[in-house]
Formats: sequence, structure tokens, C-alpha cells
Amino acid sequence: MSGLGMALSSPRGVLLGPRGWAGVLAASVVLLVGVPVFNLAVPEGSAFHLSDYAVSLTGKILCYAICALAMDLIWGYTGILSLGHGLFFALGGYAMGMYLMRQIGSDGQYRLPMPDFMVFLDWKAFPWHWALSDSFVAQMLLVVLVPGLLAFVFGFFAFRSRIKGVYFSIITQAMTFAAMLLFFRNETGFGGNNGFTDFKRILGVPIATPGMRVFLCCLTAAVLIALFLLSRAIVNSKYGHVLQAIRDAESRVMFSGYDPVAYKLSIWTLSAVMCGVAGALYVPQVGIINPGEMSPAAGIEMAVWAAVGGRATLVGPIVGALFVNGAKSWFTVAFPEFWLFFLGALFIAVTLFLPDGLAGLLKRRKGQP
Amino acid sequence: MRSVARGSTKVGVGIGWHRRLGLLVGVLVGALAGVLLASPAWALPPDLAYRIAAGDSDARLQALGEAVASGDAELPAYLRALLDGEVKLAGGKVYVVQGGQPLPADAEDVVNNNRMRGEIEGALAALGLFSPDRAARAKAIAELKGSADEARLALIEKAEAAEPDAALKAALGQWRAAVLVASADRGKRLAAAKLLAASDRPATRSLLIERLAPGAEADPEVRAALQASLDAVAARLAWGERLGLLFTGASLGSILLLVALGLAITYGLMGVINMAHGELMMIGAYATYLVQNAFRRAWPEAFDWYLVAAVPASFIAAALVGAVLERTVIRWLYGRPLETLLATWGISLILMQTVRSIFGAQNVAVENPAWLSGGVQVLPNLTLPYNRLAIMAFAALVLLGMAWLIGRTRLGLFVRGVTQNRRMAACTGVDTARVDTYAFALGAGIAGLAGCALSQVGNVGPDLGQGYIVDAFMVVVLGGVGQLAGTVYAALGLGVLNKLLEGWAGAVLAKIMVLVFIVVFIQKRPQGLFAMKGRSAEA
Repeated sequence: MSGLGMALSSPRGVLLGPRGWAGVLAASVVLLVGVPVFNLAVPEGSAFHLSDYAVSLTGKILCYAICALAMDLIWGYTGILSLGHGLFFALGGYAMGMYLMRQIGSDGQYRLPMPDFMVFLDWKAFPWHWALSDSFVAQMLLVVLVPGLLAFVFGFFAFRSRIKGVYFSIITQAMTFAAMLLFFRNETGFGGNNGFTDFKRILGVPIATPGMRVFLCCLTAAVLIALFLLSRAIVNSKYGHVLQAIRDAESRVMFSGYDPVAYKLSIWTLSAVMCGVAGALYVPQVGIINPGEMSPAAGIEMAVWAAVGGRATLVGPIVGALFVNGAKSWFTVAFPEFWLFFLGALFIAVTLFLPDGLAGLLKRRKGQP
Repeated sequence: MRSVARGSTKVGVGIGWHRRLGLLVGVLVGALAGVLLASPAWALPPDLAYRIAAGDSDARLQALGEAVASGDAELPAYLRALLDGEVKLAGGKVYVVQGGQPLPADAEDVVNNNRMRGEIEGALAALGLFSPDRAARAKAIAELKGSADEARLALIEKAEAAEPDAALKAALGQWRAAVLVASADRGKRLAAAKLLAASDRPATRSLLIERLAPGAEADPEVRAALQASLDAVAARLAWGERLGLLFTGASLGSILLLVALGLAITYGLMGVINMAHGELMMIGAYATYLVQNAFRRAWPEAFDWYLVAAVPASFIAAALVGAVLERTVIRWLYGRPLETLLATWGISLILMQTVRSIFGAQNVAVENPAWLSGGVQVLPNLTLPYNRLAIMAFAALVLLGMAWLIGRTRLGLFVRGVTQNRRMAACTGVDTARVDTYAFALGAGIAGLAGCALSQVGNVGPDLGQGYIVDAFMVVVLGGVGQLAGTVYAALGLGVLNKLLEGWAGAVLAKIMVLVFIVVFIQKRPQGLFAMKGRSAEA
């Protein structure tokens, strides 16, 4: 087993060495020190000032990077392509959104203690699933529990029946599609088409202030770095090696006496929880959550972040998420018509020419095999 | 002004003669001056016309009732003039004003209060029952049916007796029964309740349910009769409803089948996770749209037959795009299904944006040819629309054509050979690369045909394919990959299941339930309904 482990980890040896740590440290300094200083301390007229827009954009993209990391664990390292991670992301977002809706209190359009969409629907009491929405702690638990539980139940049945490969991808897509249809309905109690928006404060602190913006962005960065370190520990552990063996030859792993179901189920659930956390961080920064986040397109886009960066590299998908979403922000402002052309071409180019993504490109240029 | 000095005309010499003369004069005057109210002047008894227009409301209403009961053919035009304020009174005569000619100096306007206006409008609608125009009669029946006023009974009976059209006669009979069943006279109610048992119309059932509602009918014997009639009618309607449900289910199933058939080749046989399948359908739909426009511009008299040209055009357009895609992108990805998924998703984004750039983001209008509108009535409550029937027939034809092509032709043999054992096929001299291109183009072309069919029942826009892609994969996966028969059963089964659930839980929940059902089903039978027989350990 150790020989296999060595063989598997050798191309990623850089992550373990001092250079890996240096990278983590550099990223931490840039995000956790650089963002607050350049946004808050540097005066607005200065060339070094980081605009508020840039801060919230960075925060948003870092949330996506967490999703890309989660995709990498399940797809890059375990070989299971999920097209339903958009659902877990959105569920985490909705759990956070419910709390934020309650925090609006009576400051909504109708000046009533109920969220506006419920007043509009003429509901007199909160539906059952809003029972805990007033408590920050409870909702934060739900951020983890709801995506985790759904992933566990779904994965349990799917992996037990040995659904794999494309079949699994397609039924995860069906799952997120069904959930999207459900959330689009007003009766579901999640604001229908419009979802949740117009948030005012979080834990009693106003949400649309520069300080809060920087805090959320830094919090996201810290979570991303922590999850990155966790993922790195996972993939370099024995557990992580079994995952990679499952990816490469599931039958052989089974015949060697391992039960792939437990491995796949645990990493699948962890990956879903990571997406849920990303969603919960995303909502207060972007200020809206609606069922569009669960569309099959959103789930596939997450896969492309991982593919662009390079699967099974951990750093690659993060870079991929930054690159694709950075490009998206630029294109949708500069050439809105060409964004889909670019994204489509990216999908094709990466699969045809860059099977190992940007990380593979980097390695090739360094002359490594 | 055409002074219709009704008092001074020689009424009573012979009404028939007057009418004929009236018509003649009417046609002449109408043709000359565009005057609408030429003929009524001669036939309506002038004193009656005057009484309708002058006096206190009750007297006027009584006169109106008399006039309506006489069923006079010229009364409607007069009443319309009355409503439009074109009738003036002067010296005990009525004048119908047309244009700006002088009136007698003492002419007064006729004042119609709201009650009067309402009654005149009602009378007009009632008179519509005797209009020579069938559409006008149907409209009048539809308008008046809501009121169960017993005073109208005589009118209804008269109209029913005079009605030449069977459908309208039945509608009038229905209405009469509805009035009678609400009558104050218990005997009449009972008789009507029993009479209604013979009906086979959905409207009768709602009427009976309405009468059986608490507070509507107090008499126990009448209630029992109503209940018996309701049971009889409901039993008669149940068959139509069941068949109707089956038909809409089969219709949805045939659409799903068309949508999934192309995918059964590209995904089922070739193993390409073709996420751009929906966009190939969209290309077929847009090809139909272009053919339609070309016909409208160049050959408008043959517009009704544009579909005949659109079917091959949509096939060819989508097949060409498919062939290009296969040669440029998909060729390099065989055996790596997850990669084809991502690449074809990218292709679908590009195709969508291309169409959006060329045709705009809005839906475009594709018109049904005349022969596809309307439907055939099988049962009183079951009409089968022609466009749905045509799509079912079309789906069957495409299915047969495809089965023939795959099962009976040399190309089909090659396709099967290459999918079963690529290297062995190559060894026996099959140009596998070319076969791949043909097979993918065929799958794409069938998607184009599906798009052509969809353009006849739904919106055509850049997002057309997105709505169907999940469904298409569900059908193929449920049916068992690589199984044509499985695809057929899965499509029809899902269509009927969807419609059954829809009747019970609403459209969106039904859709969700179907998706959940498929997810659960795949847990149980990962290989679909009809598993490929073989010894392969890995799917």
C-alpha cells in the first residue's frame, strides 16, 4: 500500500514541501492583510485603493473557489462527476438566507415582522421549516446539516446500487433540476422565483458597510485556506489514497477488501457540506439567493472550474475558479454577447487540449512529464 | 337624414310584401349610402317601435318583451340604434338618425337609464339566438347560458324549435333543462332532473353538481333524481376523460420519444453524452422557421404545405451541424464520457449564443399550417387535436425509419458493428471513423426532426433545447442505454405517468415526482428497464 501511496502522491509532492507552505502563507497575507489594508486604510483617491466592488467580487469568487475545491475532492480525486453541487451550494445559501430574512425584521416594504414575500402571499404564520430561522446558531448548523444529510441519503442509495460514471452525473443533474422546480414554487416557502434579497443586517450588524464587506471577504478567504489545508491532509492520507485508487480502478479496490461505498459516501458528503458552507458565505456578500443557483447549468459550470484549473491538484481548481469567474466578470461588462462563446470554447478547449488543465500546462512548460 | 316616419307608412297591407320591399330598399339604400338601418323601418310595427322608445320604463320594457317574443328579424338593428342614441322622438313618431340631415325642430333624444340599457342589451343577445349566422347564434347561446331566468323559457323553446344546427340545438336543449331544473315549480324541476340523465356533456355534470350543492335544491325527491342523473352523466363522461388522459399522456410520450430517439443513437449506441442534443433540436426548429419564412415570401399560396419542405430541411441542417461537431470535437473524446459531457455542454452554449446573436433572444413565431389546426371530436368531451395526432404519427414514422436504418441497412450494420467491437469492425474493413460521423449525424438529424415537430406545439427560441435535455436523458437512461425498444416504452410510460400525476398534483409537482421516481428507479435497476445482456462487469 505504501508503494501505491508514494506513486500517487509524487506528482503532487510540491504541496507537501516548503514551497507549498510558502504559497499558503502568501495567499493568507494577500487576502487576510492585503484586502483590508488596501480597501479600508488606503484612501479612495489613491492608485492602490481596492474598490468596494473589487472586495465583494473577490469574496464572491472565493466562495466559488471553495466549490471548485469540493468538486476536486469528489471528481478529481474520487472520479465521481457530480452535476448537482449547485444544489448543495444553494441549500447552504438558503439556510443562511432564511436567517438574514428574519434579521430584516420589520424593515421590509410592508413594515411587518414577516418577510415580504410571505406578506405578499398572505401567510399569517411561519411555515414549519422556518421554525429555527430566528437563531443564528441553528441556521448555521442547518447550513452544514441540510446539504450534508441530503448528500448522505442520496449518496447512500446511489453508491449502494453501484451507480457510477455518467449515470451518477445524470441523476445528480435530475436531482438539482427537480429541486429547482420545487424552489421555484411560491408554496415551498422560499420566496419562489425571486428567492431572498434586500438583506439588512447580520447578527444585528448592518450588512452593507465597508467593514462588513471586508470582514466577510476575509472570512471566506480564511475558510478557503482552512478547507484547502484539510483537503490536502485528506488526499495525502491513506484514506485519500484509497479514494484515488477507487477513481483509477474501483473493482480492484473492492477485490482488495475495501468497501468503496463508505469511502465514496464520506467524501461525497464532505464535498456537499463544503459547497453548503460556500453558499452560506456567498449569500450575505452577493445579497441575493434564488433558485437559479440550482439550475443544471450552475452545476456544470462548477465542473468546468475544476477542469480548467486541473483536476486532482487542489490548487488547480481554485485557480480555475478564479480564472473563469474573473473572466466572466470582465466579459459580462466588456462584451456581454461573447461571454457564452468564451465559456463554451473554454469547455471544449480544456477537454480537447488541456486534459490536466492550467496546472498541467504549467507542468508541461517546466519540462515535467 | 332618412326620416323613418313610421306613423305614416302603410303598415298592414301585407307583411311579406313589406318585408321584401324593405329588403330591396334596404339593399339599395345600404349600397348607396352605407346606411345600416334601412330595412327595420318597414317591418317593425311603428307603434311598437315608439312604445319601446318612449314612456316610463315599465311600459317600455313590456313593449320590448312583446317585440322580442314576436321574434322580429329587424328588431336587433333597431335596438342597437336605440343603444347608440340614434333614435329620436318627435310628434309621436320615431326617427332613426343617420348622418347629419335635419330633424323636426322638436325632436327629442331617447333617454335610456341603466336598467333600460341592461334590458335592451339582454334582448339583443336573446335575439341573437335567431340570427341567420350560425356563429352569432352560438355566441348568443354562450352569452345567455349563465342566466336561469324562467321568463326566457318561451324564447329558448322557440329558438330550439327553429335551430337547424344539431350541436346548437343540443346546447339550447341543455340550457332549457338548466332553466327548468331551477324552476320554482317542483314538478318541472323533477321532470328536468330526470331529463338531464340522458346528457353526455361535461356542462350537464357541472350543472347537476351545482344544483346538488347545499342550499340549491331542498326537495328530497328532486335531489334523488338529480343524484341519479349525475351518476349517469358522470359514468358516461368517465370514459371520455380516461381516454383523454391517455391521449394527452401518449401525446407527451410521443414528444418525449422524438426528443429521445436521436439521443438513443448518440448516447445509447455511441456513448457520447451529448448535452448539445437540445440545441440540435433547436437548430431543427429554427430551420423550420426559416423554411416557413421562405414559403411565406416566395410561395404564399403553398404556405400550408411548408412543413413538407421543413421536415427534410430540419433534418439536414441539424445533421450537418452534427457531422461538423463530430469531425472537429467529439471524434477526439470517444471512450471518455465525462469529457464528452463537458465538451458538448460547451458546444451547446456556443450554439445557443450563436442563434441568439443571429435571430435575437426573443422567441420567433412558427405558424401551424391550416390543416394542423382544429381536431376530430371522438366523444362529446374528447377532442383530439390534429397537431397532436400528427406528432404521434410523425414519431411513429421516425421510429420505424430509424429501426429500419439501424436494423436493416448496411450503414446500420456498420454502426452496430462499430459500437459492439470497434477494432474487429475495423479489421473487417469498416471505415470506423466515417461510420462514427454518419451515426452522429443521423442522431443529430433526428434531433432536428424533433425540433421541427416541437415548433408546431411550443415556443421556438434559443432556450428551446434546455427544457428538454434533462427529459431526454431520463428517457434514454430509464429505457436502458442502447435499447431502442426500451426508449419507446420509457417515453410513452413517462408521458402517461406524467399526465396521470399532473391531474392529481399539478404540473410542477408531477414533474418533480417523475424525476424522483426515475432517480429511485435507477437505484433499483441501474441498467434501465431493459438491460443489455452481456458479461461486462462495468457498466
